[in-house]
Amino acid sequence: MTVISSTKDVGALTLTFVAEFAAPVDRVWQVWADPRKLERWWGPPTWPATFDRYDFKPGGAVRYHMTGPDGTKARGWWAITDIDEPSRLEFDDGFAGDDGEPVDPEDVGHVVVTLEAAGPGTRMTTVNVFRSAEQMERLLEMGQEEGMRQAMGQIDAILAD
Amino acid sequence: MVVDSGVADADRVFHALADATRRDILTRVIRSGMSVSELARLYPMSFAAVQKHVVVLERAALVSKTRRGREQIVRGEVEALRRVARLLDGYERLWRHRAAAIEEILEEEQ
Repeated sequence: MTVISSTKDVGALTLTFVAEFAAPVDRVWQVWADPRKLERWWGPPTWPATFDRYDFKPGGAVRYHMTGPDGTKARGWWAITDIDEPSRLEFDDGFAGDDGEPVDPEDVGHVVVTLEAAGPGTRMTTVNVFRSAEQMERLLEMGQEEGMRQAMGQIDAILAD
Repeated sequence: MVVDSGVADADRVFHALADATRRDILTRVIRSGMSVSELARLYPMSFAAVQKHVVVLERAALVSKTRRGREQIVRGEVEALRRVARLLDGYERLWRHRAAAIEEILEEEQ
């Protein structure tokens, strides 16, 4: 995997992340299309995701939760706005309440995923447009705190060798 | 709680940046301070409408106003924009983590 670029537009609250994988487009598409694969990488560090509902089709509803190290559950939802298999996926992503349903349907980030062949591999571009600071900060707090702890743990492991 | 007020502040920043005119005002006053009346001449809208946009930016702490004689000078607050940039940096780290996890899955399958 190679990170090709990461572009931030502060005024437009947009992050464009481009990476290449050494696998054909169809196989990279499966890490999105197959919820059992998706839940292995979607959550921030040490917050694995579980997809409880996954209607992978345009207009489809998705419900998921992420479980923290102490068992805390953070629930989220997607509304899939467009799918063009195997090259394009668009969805809105928001936080959900304890009942699993959207806290505020307007409080969402929009994600556009594009897959294209790059030689024998695949270039994946994800454009994240944020409308909600709450969602952004909450997810980052989860990832950073645990990610830092994990990184420290890895350093400890290296030093113990 | 400090965390809650931080989130509320960030929400005001996001709301403030969601409008093209406000982004344009911000871009100009980051470069150099301008009075509200100078800004009002730049846009096809009333002085009151421009004033309202400035108030939204001010509530989000993206600009500050200082009095100079009878004029109010609007200046951009670079630190508030840095905060948005830091949030986007955090998302970049999250995507790097995700891309590495995707690679692991793809490698297992081979």
